[in-house]
Amino acid sequence: MQGKRNYNLILGAAITAVMLSLILSGLIRTPHDPNKINAGNSLSAPSAQYLLGTDNFGRDILSRVIIGAGSTLYVAAATVAIGALAGMLIGGLTGYFGGWVDELFMRAGDIILAFPSILLALVLISLIGPGRNNIIIALGIMFIPSFARVVRGEYVRCRELDYVHSARIIGTGNMRIMFVHILPNAAPVILRAIAIGFNNAVLAEASMSYLGLGVQPPDASLGRMLSESQSYLFSAPWYALSAGIAIVLLILGFSLLGEGIGARDNA
Amino acid sequence: MRYILKRLVVLVVTLFIISALSFIAFQLIPGDPVTKMLGVEATPERIAQLRELLGLDRSVMVRYFEWLSGFVTGDFGLSYSYSTPVSQLLGDKVITTSTLSAMAFALVVLISIPAGFLLARLSDIRSKGKGAAARRALATLAGAVNQIIMSIPPFFAGIILTYIFGLVLRLFTPGAFVSYSSGAGGFLLYLLFPALAIALPRSAMVVKLLRGSIQGELQGDYVRTAYSRGGSRFYVLIRHVARNAILPVVTFLAMTLADIVAGSIIIEQVFAIPGTGRLLLLSISNRDYPVVQAIVVFIASLVVVVNFLADLAYQYIDPRIRLG
Amino acid sequence: MRKLNKAAAVSLALALLLVMAAGCGKSELQAGKTSESPEGEPRREEIFIGIAQDIDDSLDPHLMTSAESRSVLFNVFEGLVKPTPDGKLAPAVAASYSVSETGDKFTFKLRSGVSFHNGDPVTTDDVVYSISRVAGLDTGTPLISAFSIVESVASPDDGTVVIVIGEANIEFLAYLTAAIIPKGYDSQETQPVGTGPYRYVSRSPQENIILERFDDYWGGATDIGRVTYRILDNAEALMMALRSGTLDFCAHLTATQMNELVGFDYNFVVGTMNLVQAVYLNNAVAPLDNETVRRALSHAIDRGEIMDVLSGGLGVPVGSSMYPAFTKYFSPELADYYAYDPELARQLLAEAGFAGGFELEIAVPSNHSPHIDTATVVVEQLREVGVTATIKLVEWGTWISDIYTGREFQATVVGVDASAMTARAMLERFESTNGRNFTNFSDAEYDEVFAAAIASTDDAEQVRLYKRLEAILTERAANLYIQDLCDVIAISKDVAGYEPYPMFILDISKLHFTD
Repeated sequence: MQGKRNYNLILGAAITAVMLSLILSGLIRTPHDPNKINAGNSLSAPSAQYLLGTDNFGRDILSRVIIGAGSTLYVAAATVAIGALAGMLIGGLTGYFGGWVDELFMRAGDIILAFPSILLALVLISLIGPGRNNIIIALGIMFIPSFARVVRGEYVRCRELDYVHSARIIGTGNMRIMFVHILPNAAPVILRAIAIGFNNAVLAEASMSYLGLGVQPPDASLGRMLSESQSYLFSAPWYALSAGIAIVLLILGFSLLGEGIGARDNA
Repeated sequence: MRYILKRLVVLVVTLFIISALSFIAFQLIPGDPVTKMLGVEATPERIAQLRELLGLDRSVMVRYFEWLSGFVTGDFGLSYSYSTPVSQLLGDKVITTSTLSAMAFALVVLISIPAGFLLARLSDIRSKGKGAAARRALATLAGAVNQIIMSIPPFFAGIILTYIFGLVLRLFTPGAFVSYSSGAGGFLLYLLFPALAIALPRSAMVVKLLRGSIQGELQGDYVRTAYSRGGSRFYVLIRHVARNAILPVVTFLAMTLADIVAGSIIIEQVFAIPGTGRLLLLSISNRDYPVVQAIVVFIASLVVVVNFLADLAYQYIDPRIRLG
Repeated sequence: MRKLNKAAAVSLALALLLVMAAGCGKSELQAGKTSESPEGEPRREEIFIGIAQDIDDSLDPHLMTSAESRSVLFNVFEGLVKPTPDGKLAPAVAASYSVSETGDKFTFKLRSGVSFHNGDPVTTDDVVYSISRVAGLDTGTPLISAFSIVESVASPDDGTVVIVIGEANIEFLAYLTAAIIPKGYDSQETQPVGTGPYRYVSRSPQENIILERFDDYWGGATDIGRVTYRILDNAEALMMALRSGTLDFCAHLTATQMNELVGFDYNFVVGTMNLVQAVYLNNAVAPLDNETVRRALSHAIDRGEIMDVLSGGLGVPVGSSMYPAFTKYFSPELADYYAYDPELARQLLAEAGFAGGFELEIAVPSNHSPHIDTATVVVEQLREVGVTATIKLVEWGTWISDIYTGREFQATVVGVDASAMTARAMLERFESTNGRNFTNFSDAEYDEVFAAAIASTDDAEQVRLYKRLEAILTERAANLYIQDLCDVIAISKDVAGYEPYPMFILDISKLHFTD
């Protein structure tokens, strides 16, 4: 029951565009100073001046949501970048050359994947300490095996294809075959993995900062805002809703976008 | 049979490596259980004394093998913080977390399988007659709602459920956790909402997967044959399509179960449930290694064993698949 | 066909309803259980106390370190003497005591008829054992460092114990609140046995800790038979438990939380936490080793705003390392020594050569939200004067090892309390060679006055000297002193008898039901 129009793509692009433009505009200016404390104005309800109300410090929630979403996005992008690049390198090399190194890396990947990701991130964070950059490192490492596995699969599939054989016969170097010949063929699969990875990264970042391990106060982060807002759930439910819905929109936008792209490729 | 044996060996080796890695990782972490235990009374002499008493002055390898030999004989050691045997400490927590995970999983299955079939049924393009358009519109709407639910992180779902059921409808008292020993009813009731928070986004994913898979199967030739034999839609759906459509879902459900166990760490935080997850977070920050080690191995075992069972189930449902 | 469709829909709805119904039924049942004071039922015996921190500590009274554990087990253990609500000491396991003229010999006459929770009577041997153990006379390392001055513990005759210390120090008496435990009993860590009005029953980590009335208590049995401390380290869960009436008592609430509980079945007592909350500065690292910089920062801090944000203006501002419950020593005027004046702060910074400001890392223990909130406000206030401060959350264990013991930090926000009700306990940590001088404060005049103060045997003179020490800390701007945090206590209307102590202690033995 696929409609003629790709609604997923349109809707996903729209949501993502709105979130992105808010985040980008936030780099230049937010409605209020996101860290400005105003004791006399704490936990005020949404109003014309403060569209989403204020938090327990009297800070503007909208401005903090914008900055927090930006921070989440930044962490997610950096995480996926680390995971995808390292994953492509490892997956490409092991998939293309095979042998015992391949076996070793895949077994190591199995073990990491058997370890619940959140647990792994917790251990890594205890090792290197909390903070935005450390979260990126921890989540990035966590994302490598799944990317490596996907890329390896593609390289294993492609290395036996005719055009690779021909390339080898005419004496093309391995590196050239790997990156010029195979990579473009593997691109669609990798792109989809990146879209899925991006969503997981947003979720992982939000979870870690919910547990207080991500961005440190007073800087805004969506997960941390959610955990702080829980104490004021009764008197200021809009606080929790604002931060939570921002996370949902980020994830929703990207997942629709990912699906839309997938549907277009298949068509 | 050989396949199962082989997988079992891999399973044990995996757990062994995980336990070794986490043991070593925690030796590298800055901070020491001793300083937390001594608090403001920490002086260099007392730190040295206590480290010796706990055996922390010996090499990592010696301690790891000591831990391992204890572990295989069922002796998990003593918690530094609570000075109680870890096994005793974990007993209640493991029951709580396992119950929570099992309930969440049951909810996923109970919600998603009927909902998935219903949605597939509603959005069947071949349905004709009165109300077909309305049904399709409903299906589109349901699909959209499903997509949104999919995007809700479990901890946000938990906060929303707390607000609606705890604060507005007052069906349960957030924070008033009842342990299973003081009342199974209250215990299960309290865990229902956290389980729901974990289950909702997961169910939405399964619904989506199932709907796609059913729709794919409905295109198959054998379905047309079944119809032409005069089978009703419902009969065909259940008798012929369900079995094939459920296959990809089984793998996903297995992955889900593993995620649920790990995801309970955060949900326990949201609902103030004294389970393994919160004990783990606390023990990490207290550097209470014996407890951390036991919980890590517990969670990893659950995940690994579940994956193993899923593979077996997969084979059982579809005998064409012969792995190994 | 339609029917089938419907059937599927109905079954789904039924499944959901079943889940809901299970919820409703059970919750009624639970509500029926909690409202348990209708006529005819037996008298209530048990109360529930909410505490916001887990007791993740040793239960051995000589080894426990966290304030919350001490507060709970205050009801289980007693020393030769015990603190009273007015900040004095009353005989407990001892019936009477005397201090020698030289101030280094303490003689105790034991109370007769005191027994341990295991039924054994308290003997002179037990007392000698307990004090020797805590002073580390056999091992060489005292379990509580204040006992390092103990030279000998002896019992000249049955019923008398004499403790000799290596210096004249009358205030040492305050440390003899250390628990008396049975000799040779080695399960204190898991099944503590003391002489207090309550005996330990059980603990479940992150869930609860249960105490029961000790019927043979020498001071008479208490009114409340059983006390369950419920651990609710999640502010929202704590509030919900209070709102639903499942708690009878809860301390350390904020003013905001109190406002949300108005109209519920609670009486409130507003007091303070009995600690000195400050941005403690490492006086040995640049640029904080520069007194002008520290004075600039002191002028940059707006205590009023911090207290407004944290507690709606409640709490007591402090200007030095002494909190108001020490009525004898507390100098309220020191709190006004540095007026909030960002302009002056900028000027002073420029004078010190930091016109462009500098970067400051404030470490905060991650398990204390009032301190995190305070740091958040401080960062904003420092930004006003050009100082770029950042917050680094550290786990408690790391705080102890890196900051308290290792002294590797620039600034940290914590609350410091007194381990015993003595002015010395608050002020000795700023003496330049003191092992607990984590701020590395070093001032010749301070050391001199401190030596004179502890040697003094004249009370008025001693008070004057201690007050001078406080003033030096303020004048040298040793730390950015903020406040004694506001502490709201909610008590169920059918429970009375709460008496605040000038220390972080909750005495449940005085609580009783009002009916």
